[in-house]
Parts: sequence; C-alpha cells; structure tokens
Amino acid sequence: MSTKKNVLFGTATVAALAVALTACGGSGGTSASGGTWDKDAVVNIGSLYEPQNLDNTAGGGQGVTEALNGNVYEGLFRLTDDGEVEKLLAQDYETGADGLTYTFTLRDGVKFHSGKELTSEDVKYSLEKVLADDSQSARKGNLEVVKDIATPDKRTVKITLSKKSISFVYNLSYVWIINSQAKDLKTTEDGTGPYTLNKWTRGSALSLNRFADYWGDAAANKQVVFHYYKDASALNNALLTNAVDVVTSEQSPDALEQFKSNGAYKVNDGNSTTKLLLAFNDKAKPFTDVKVRQAVSAAIDDKKLLESVWGGYGKQIGSMVPPTDPWYEDLTDVNAYDVTKAKKLLSEAGYAKGFSFTLDTPNYDPHPTAATFIKSQLAKVGITVKINTITPDEWYTKVYKNHDFSATLQEHVNDRDLVWYGNPDFYWGYDNPQVTRWVEQAEEASSTAGQTELLKKVNRQTAEDAASDWLYLYPQIVVANDKLSGYPLNGLNSQFFAYDIKKKG
Amino acid sequence: MARYLVRRLAFLAVSLALASVVLFVLLRMLPGDPANALTSVGASPEQIAAARHAIGSDRPLPEQFTHWIGQLASGDLGTSFVSSLPVGPEVAARLDVTVPLTLAAFVLAVLIAVPAGFTAAHKRHTWYGTLLSGVSQLGIAIPVFWLGMILIAVFALNAGWLPSGGFPQDGWDDPAEAVRSLVLPVVTIALVMSASLIRYVRSATLDVLGSDYLRTARALGSSFGGAMRRHGLRNASVPVISVLGIELASTLLGAVVVESVYALPGLGSMLATGIAQHDYPVIQGVLFVSTLAVLVIGFVADLVQRIIDPRLRGRLSGGSR
Repeated sequence: MSTKKNVLFGTATVAALAVALTACGGSGGTSASGGTWDKDAVVNIGSLYEPQNLDNTAGGGQGVTEALNGNVYEGLFRLTDDGEVEKLLAQDYETGADGLTYTFTLRDGVKFHSGKELTSEDVKYSLEKVLADDSQSARKGNLEVVKDIATPDKRTVKITLSKKSISFVYNLSYVWIINSQAKDLKTTEDGTGPYTLNKWTRGSALSLNRFADYWGDAAANKQVVFHYYKDASALNNALLTNAVDVVTSEQSPDALEQFKSNGAYKVNDGNSTTKLLLAFNDKAKPFTDVKVRQAVSAAIDDKKLLESVWGGYGKQIGSMVPPTDPWYEDLTDVNAYDVTKAKKLLSEAGYAKGFSFTLDTPNYDPHPTAATFIKSQLAKVGITVKINTITPDEWYTKVYKNHDFSATLQEHVNDRDLVWYGNPDFYWGYDNPQVTRWVEQAEEASSTAGQTELLKKVNRQTAEDAASDWLYLYPQIVVANDKLSGYPLNGLNSQFFAYDIKKKG
Repeated sequence: MARYLVRRLAFLAVSLALASVVLFVLLRMLPGDPANALTSVGASPEQIAAARHAIGSDRPLPEQFTHWIGQLASGDLGTSFVSSLPVGPEVAARLDVTVPLTLAAFVLAVLIAVPAGFTAAHKRHTWYGTLLSGVSQLGIAIPVFWLGMILIAVFALNAGWLPSGGFPQDGWDDPAEAVRSLVLPVVTIALVMSASLIRYVRSATLDVLGSDYLRTARALGSSFGGAMRRHGLRNASVPVISVLGIELASTLLGAVVVESVYALPGLGSMLATGIAQHDYPVIQGVLFVSTLAVLVIGFVADLVQRIIDPRLRGRLSGGSR
C-alpha cells in the first residue's frame, strides 16, 4: 500500500491561525453558568475506552487520545473541539515561498513534567518517533513528506518537506511533543500538558493531577480521574449514583431518556465525525459494477435505520464527509432511498432476479442491528444477504489485510478521511484514477480554497459512484452532571480536554 | 501421610507442567493476530510487520515456547503485548479484588446453604422445608447478571446505600470503601452459589437421615442432635466438600459476568480483555495462575476429605476415584 497517496488529511482552517488565541481558550464546550466553582475539585469522568498503553505511537488506541491528548501531552498545534487548528507549543511559524520549508519558533518557558525545559531537540525527537520504523502512529503515512528536521537554535525548528503538503500543520497537531530523554513511554509519561499522570490502574482507572509548573493557565480542577467501564449500563449507573460526573460518549440510546427527564443531568448533542459504512469490496463481483452499488444504496432506507438505532439522534449523510469537514456538501439526494430505482438499476446490471452476498459484520453494536435491517431491506429487491458475524480481530485480518470479503459493515471515526478513496489499495478497493489524482493535487494545492474545491469534486464523484454506502453519521452525546461546565462537546477524534472543566462546590 | 503428601505434590507439579504446554499450544491455534490490537485502520503492511516484530510473535513457535518456559522457571509471567506492563504485578493487583470477592462469597454461600439445605432435608414434610427446596430450584434458574442488575437497582440506584460498581483506584488503602464496593458483588455470587449448594447439602443430608448407622446410633440411645453431630455431619460433608472445591475454583474465573456488571477489575475481566486482544502473555499468565489455584484448591479439598473420612486414606486423589 502506498502511503504517499494518503497524505491528504488537509485543513482549510490554517488561515484561522492568523488569529492568535489565548492559551486555554476556545475549546470549552459550555461556559461556567455563573455561581462559584471549586478550584480544587476532583472531576470523575466515565468512559468505555481504556487506553491499551500510554504511547500513541505504539498502539495506545482511542483511549490514550481521550485521556492524554491535550491533557498530559501537547503538540506544536492543537485541534480544538470545534475542529480548528491553533498554535500551542509553537509560538509562531513561517512558510517558505516554495511551500516546502516551515520554520517554527517554540514558546518560551515551557517545562516538561520531569522539570526539563522544552527545546527544539525535543521537537525533532518527537517527530522522528512518529516517523520511526516501529511507529504505529496513524499519522506516519501523512508525515512521511518530512525530508529534513534542523534545529538551528534551542527555540527554532526548521522542517523541509519533499513535496508540498497543505495538511502538514494539521497533521502536526497529532504529534505529541515528548522529552527526548524520557524512558518507558508506554507505561509512564513526560509531556508538557496541564496535567501529570498520577496513576494508571489497568482495568479500572487512570488519574491525572494538575501540573504546578504549567506554562499556560492552570487547569480549572485539581484532579481528573478517568473511570473505565466495559458495560454501557454499568457506566450509566455510575453517573446516576454520582460515581462519575460526566460520560465522554454515550453509546446506549435507551438510557438517554432517564437523563433527559432528570434535571440533575444535561444531555449534550454534539458533532461527531463517526460514520457507519456498508463498505463494498469494489474489486469483487458483483460490486465491481457501479449500478449494483447504486442499487444497494438506493434499496436501503438509511433514515429508518438511524431512527431504529439512535431514536432522534444522529444525522443522515450522503457521502464520507461529515458536516464539520471544510469540503462538506449535502449529498443525501445522490442515490437516495428509492426501491423502484434500485430494481431498475439491478435489471440494467443483469441482476433482475437479484443475487446473494455475504456481509461480514463485526460482533458489537450497532453492526448486528444494522446487518439485520439491511438484510430485510435488500430482500425486497431480491438480494439475499448472508450475515457473517466476526470479531474485530477477525475483521482486521480477513477484511482489512487480506481483502477477503464481498461487503462489510464498519465505523470510521476520523475527520477528513474522505482521502482514503484516493488510495486504490485501501481495503474497499475503490479505484478511480481521476479521484486518486484529485486527492494528490488537493494535498499539493497552494491554498486551502484550492484544496477544498478539489476535495468537493472527490466527494461528489465517490458519492455518485456509490463507492460505499454511507449509512449515517453517529451522534456524539456527552451526558454530564448539572454541576459541571466547560467540558468538550464534540470529542473530535476521541479527544477529551479536561482542563476547562469546572465543578460547582 | 508424608508419602501421600509427596506423591500428591508431584502429581500437582506434573499437572501444572502439562497444563502450561496445553495452554501455549491451544492459544496459538486460535485464529487471529495479536498485532491487530496494536495497529489501527490505516496501518501500512510495514507498520503491521513492525508490530509483530516488536512483540516477538513473528518468531518460531518453539523459540517462543522456550522463552515462556524460561520466564516461568524464574518466576516471571512476562510482559503484556498490548500494555507493555509486566503480567505478574497486574495479576497480583487483580487478585486483590478476586480473592476477597471469591472467599467472602464462598463463606456467605456456605453460611446460607448448610443450614438451609439441612432444614430442607430434615423438615422436608413441613411447608418451609418445601419452600426452601423450591426457592433453591428457582435460584439455579436465575442468571447472575439479572440478579446483579436487580440488586444494583434496589440498593444502589434507589436506596443509595452502596456503590453501583467500580473498585477504588487505590485498592485496599481505604478498606471501608473497598469493602463497600464488594458487598453487592459478594451477595450476588453467594446467592447464586448457595442455590445449587442447598440442593447438594439437602441430598447429602437425606442420605444420612435414611442411613442404617444413624438409626443404629439412635437405637443405642444417642439423641438426634448427638447422632447427627457424631456420625451424620461427617458423612454428609464428604460429598459436599467435593462440590465446594469445584464451586470455589469455578468462581475464581467464573466471576467475569459479575465483574462486568459491577465494573470490577478482577481476574476474570483481565482474562476477557486479554482474549479479545490476543494478548498471549496476559492470557497465559492468568490461566497459569488460575490453574495453579484450581490444583491447590483440589489438593486442599482432598486433604480435608481424608482427614474427615479415614476410608479414603489409601487413595491418591479424593473421593472421586
């Protein structure tokens, strides 16, 4: 798989950098609703996503981003809860006229938790760690455009790229700046964030303490404890009994009513970037035929599916692009629900009597529910679906690595991940040379406007080709005790900034 | 007795060695790749290969096996593929939850089941004797998670007397808090366990009540209580102890459902997570320790039975042979 084709997780919001934002502002979801709050409060956070280890370049998973990103570790840039890229450890930066050189000036007086001062060497080390051979960073492929990292002085880092990459600064927001002398980062930490790691008890909890020597505004609470649950109803019980103050991402729609009808809780409906996909293997018959893919897309009533899984929450989407991405366009009317059209397309494709295929279905919610629904919908146009339930592990080997499938269900969580359709070797096998070219050109565009324009074309083309069937966009629901304010609402890419959370005494 | 002990301990050691081989081989036969847990969607083939190399799952099986046995011999359970934390200390931390949970539930179950089972047998013609039998029958049919949810709803959500789940992050540093968080799980396990125990106690008691030796003892002038204490209890307890040993051993790992309902960081949930992630060192470590525990429990149960019942003393293992 050529990773160079995937460099385009671009940003249209780099322009927003011109507006210097204050250190800790901009990312709180709610404002303190008057009254006094306890500066030394302990905030208990309930989550279903325990880190696998503490290193985001060694397979720490979604949980390590949630707990440590922005709280314990910081990058040169930060992706705010609203999806904007803002300067964090970088005080300023300049781009060369050729678009290939970036000169970053580091913020002064930043200290690691171990006491050492931040220098350009640490930035170099951290970036090299992401690019190392054994790195499991999801951004490794995007950052491989880095050709050279120079450190002319303690506060200056000069990076040269092998080709233009408009998403470079956006991608840097995923690189944690780590003390170059730190050891054993899988079980300990040495970052610059507003909290230090107090203790990680595997299978139970991870606690963070306010860092006294933080360079910016001190955290609005003294301690944060992430409590980990395997069972969504155990997590809801913890919220109901005040064992936790906030749930980072509610995954149990049935439980929402009890919080909505209770004045002691607040149910927040934020913007998610998680899409549920019916991904065809575009390189395997009959899904090589665009008409078959369009027919299947048109035969499934996405709206009804969303309602049956999430009640009134979530959104319908017509493509891979969520509304928060800069190149969003409402394409729900492309291949919209239309059984008559589906039947017509099928007979045009030579499948008037239908066909049958196996749907590889991950064994956890909401995939089995969606699979059953799809099976009953497709039966109406003569297509027989055989549901094959598999574990996430089997999915990874069978579908992702070996491409041994007809169609599968999968959730894709990241923002700006439309660009995967530009990679013909990706698991779904969508291969449109024009799209691949657009994606490459977009990454090398000289302005975000140019990038956005090209990616809008990609968006429309993949939707018209029914490259996959995008079933719906998940809701992002944060449920919190009413005493709490300042928590993030969108949880973009699973981040959960805790430093602005205020708790009433 | 000394010779018996030596032979019994040798038997234990051989069982453990065999178990470790079977464990290793069976795990490797499962489909799946432990590197999957470390890579994310978007990983390149190079990244996947690097993950395999980092955890050593790309090395030949005999080499991996020798490595593991070598570690075991030096008392080291290895390091988790996924978390990079040593397995031994984590198992120890999980046992801090699982051992008190299992033992307390066990004791409570015995305290409930022995008098209830005895009464159900001795007073089987009264209404409450029948009721006890009926309730225990019903109890066997109740799923653990359902009972757990009911107890949580009543005592945690409504009354607010006890926490609905979780275990303090600092463990037993705050004993009162730790005990509070174990009350409902202990009661849940004990109720379910006692339901089946009551039936064993009842049938063992019935055997004794109908026995010739008890009738003879009564004929020779013993009171009912005296005859029961001298002859009855001893005879009835032999089969019950067998069952108790099995129950205790199965609760050690079988508490996984209860651990999930009550969000407890016990051994069962460690095993479940390990299996989901194909984290071989974790699975091997947990199963090795629990195999050891099961063998030791069996050993102790045998010893106790031999002390109670002289007729067993010529045999190597328990009343089952």
